[in-house]
Amino acid sequence: MDILPILSTLRRHKLTSWLLILEIALTCAIVCNAVFLIGQRLQRMDMPSGVAEHELLQIQVADAVVPPNPYARISEDVAALRQVPGVISVASTNEVPFGNSSSNGNLRLDPNQPERTLNATTYFGEDIAKTMGARLISGRDLQPDDFMNVDVVLKALGTGDSKNIPSVTLITRTLGERLWPGQNPLGREVWLTPTVALRVVGVLDSLVRPNAYDTSSAQYTMVVPIRMGASKDESYVIRTRAQDRDAVMTAALAALKKIDPLRVVTTQRSFDDIRNRYFQDDRAMAGMLAGVIIALLIVTALGIVGLASFWVSQRRRTIGVRRALGATRANILHYFQTENFLLATIGIALGMALAYAINLFLMTKYELPRLPAEYFPIGAIALWIIGQLAVLGPALRASAVPPVVATRSV
Amino acid sequence: MFGYYLDLALRSLKRNKVLTALMVIAIAVGIGASMTTLTVMHLLSGDPIPTRSATLFYPQVDPSPDPDPGHTHEAWDMMDYRSAMDLWAAHRADRQAMVASGSLRLTAPEVNQPPLMAQMLSTTSDFFPMFDVPFQYGGGWQPQDDQSRSRVAVISSDLNIKLFGGANSVGRTLRLKDNDVRIIGVLAPWRPSPQFYDVAGGRFSNGKTASFYNKPEDVFMPFSSSLDINASGTNIFTCWHVPDADTKIEDKPCVWVALWVQLDSAAKASNYRRFIADYAAQQKALGRLTHADNTTLRSLMQWLDFNQVVPSDVRLQTWLAFAFLLICLFNTVGLLLAKFLRRSGEIGVRRALGATQGAVLAQCLVEAGLIGLIGGIGGWLLTLLGLALIRQQPVEYADLLHLDSMMFLTTFVMAIVASLLAGAVPAWRASRVALGLQLKTL
Repeated sequence: MDILPILSTLRRHKLTSWLLILEIALTCAIVCNAVFLIGQRLQRMDMPSGVAEHELLQIQVADAVVPPNPYARISEDVAALRQVPGVISVASTNEVPFGNSSSNGNLRLDPNQPERTLNATTYFGEDIAKTMGARLISGRDLQPDDFMNVDVVLKALGTGDSKNIPSVTLITRTLGERLWPGQNPLGREVWLTPTVALRVVGVLDSLVRPNAYDTSSAQYTMVVPIRMGASKDESYVIRTRAQDRDAVMTAALAALKKIDPLRVVTTQRSFDDIRNRYFQDDRAMAGMLAGVIIALLIVTALGIVGLASFWVSQRRRTIGVRRALGATRANILHYFQTENFLLATIGIALGMALAYAINLFLMTKYELPRLPAEYFPIGAIALWIIGQLAVLGPALRASAVPPVVATRSV
Repeated sequence: MFGYYLDLALRSLKRNKVLTALMVIAIAVGIGASMTTLTVMHLLSGDPIPTRSATLFYPQVDPSPDPDPGHTHEAWDMMDYRSAMDLWAAHRADRQAMVASGSLRLTAPEVNQPPLMAQMLSTTSDFFPMFDVPFQYGGGWQPQDDQSRSRVAVISSDLNIKLFGGANSVGRTLRLKDNDVRIIGVLAPWRPSPQFYDVAGGRFSNGKTASFYNKPEDVFMPFSSSLDINASGTNIFTCWHVPDADTKIEDKPCVWVALWVQLDSAAKASNYRRFIADYAAQQKALGRLTHADNTTLRSLMQWLDFNQVVPSDVRLQTWLAFAFLLICLFNTVGLLLAKFLRRSGEIGVRRALGATQGAVLAQCLVEAGLIGLIGGIGGWLLTLLGLALIRQQPVEYADLLHLDSMMFLTTFVMAIVASLLAGAVPAWRASRVALGLQLKTL
């Protein structure tokens, strides 16, 4: 196919050609960035939690009155929940993965260090790792005699009395690698305050923090042997088989109500609900971006159809002359297809530069990472395809122009 | 002349229905998308209390004991009880209110309804007049109620409807945890956007700030008596030490109280600024505060800016929508160019019969404007649809969304201006067609 005659024709239609090129460039740039944003959101929504999500339920209750012995109340509740048919395991905890509300601690590798090394979330409560299904990859799980009551610990932290503070902790693999790169974290100590150190006795494969924003710090998690008492915003986490969840939830609520009919259930949900709720903004945004991409491609396609139709009708006589001089219908068809391909290619080249510029802007405004190179071809291919599809109709109409047109009203 | 051009434009639009429809759809979709996001932006970024915002301020002192050699520590978003109480009790502003929020279990003993968890705002008597809070029944409490730890409460219109079917419930009793509290006021529906008096911690939220657009609390109680009832359920912003469980909330090493002050003139504001600086210096001399020079007094709107209350997703969507509108306009420019130039012959005849270039230009622009107007109607409908879709989403500000008269007008102004802009180049080109050439080809 000869490109030169096409280029010289386009030079005669500078304004319309440039309009089309710019439209393609803008669309290409936005599609690249929007696909990238969708990818980011999807990647975030896929963030692993490290727990057996389809088998877990969370229940939170608020007691009418603080019970005289909050620890006895927890034991009583947990014992009642264990009796519910279908329940595999029960834990009380201060926070749940993706639950948003998080208790955090500043960790130091050295007690005299002025600045913290990092900030990690601290899960408290009995049987957390076992119930949630967080896999222990080395060391041991927390034992009953590691545990201390939360009131005692808080008081001891206030007075600096290190005897009444637990001495051991579980950490995640990622946290261990971050604190002691390339070394075995078992037996090492991490400092919560200048006087309180916790020794690592076990390493969990993965346990996500409740308020995971970015993937880098999402796994900075510790499980500390502190026993939760009632009326401390504690949750019960129940492990059951996936198909039993609804029945177990109903029975568990009834069991808890039986212990104190006046208590209010403030949270009752499955972990699937928790994940859905935590990532709902991301899902909505990804959906919106997908909608925008589709709408953009349609609008651009319509623009191409409109302009191509205009050019075809403008060049009817020229086409007729070409046909009369021996051009085949396929020649005419290919002419318009090649023309569109050229315009799309120039537009895409400009669009790449623009996509890069938009990404730089988003990086400064929204702390996004750099657009990886593999996203550029997505916009290019989308626009080449859209362009060819859009021009097909007008090009076919052009190829249907009979040679006899050449003889009329020249 | 305008009427004639309008008639011509209508005829021209009818002649090529497909091309017209393409242009109208492009403008309608572009306007619909950008107006939907612009309306959300407009509603979320507005002034929550236009009559008062210029006189409302948010004082802060820094109770952190940690050394801060580089002066890089921004004071925490709330204050410890002592600092807030001292500043409040000094009564150096025209009005002042302490604010803390919490949640607790609530029943109405005279009403047969299951107990519920309610959000409660602990505040002081100036809160209601200072923020122009509208009452349906009764009113707020008096300064002496703050002093005497009165067991009184003001409830929201929503809670009044839920518990008492919307009847006048002044004088009736609420049971908060185990305490009976007398209702002295019921608010009329009140929905500031954002719920500005609770805004704090925006800089730690990674742009996920939709919760600033929650509804106001259901129960309002005097600060003093609310602590008697619900100290344990009060929300704490952060602590600089791990608090001892036995310590009273007032003495905890934590920040959890916000103070709002009303200062009616710039002179009063600068006096107050000096007052809190002096207070911090005096407290440093007493050894209670470590940082005396880290006090701030932001105005309400500065405070909202500082917290970046508009969620970052909403801002991103607005950029996206305008880029989308731009593409739709490029599209329309191309299509209008095709449309006008196709009529070159007709334009040539008009010019030959004496029409000036200006007349041709005006005629083309009228046609472009008409397309804009029709596109605007489509855009308006799409905006309504877009807002309805967002209202279905489980976001805190869903119930706030509506198209007010200003945004309604903006829709049409924007549609017509956009189409005139898009029509400018094609119309100019059309008005400049070479006369002789066009007549020859007829």
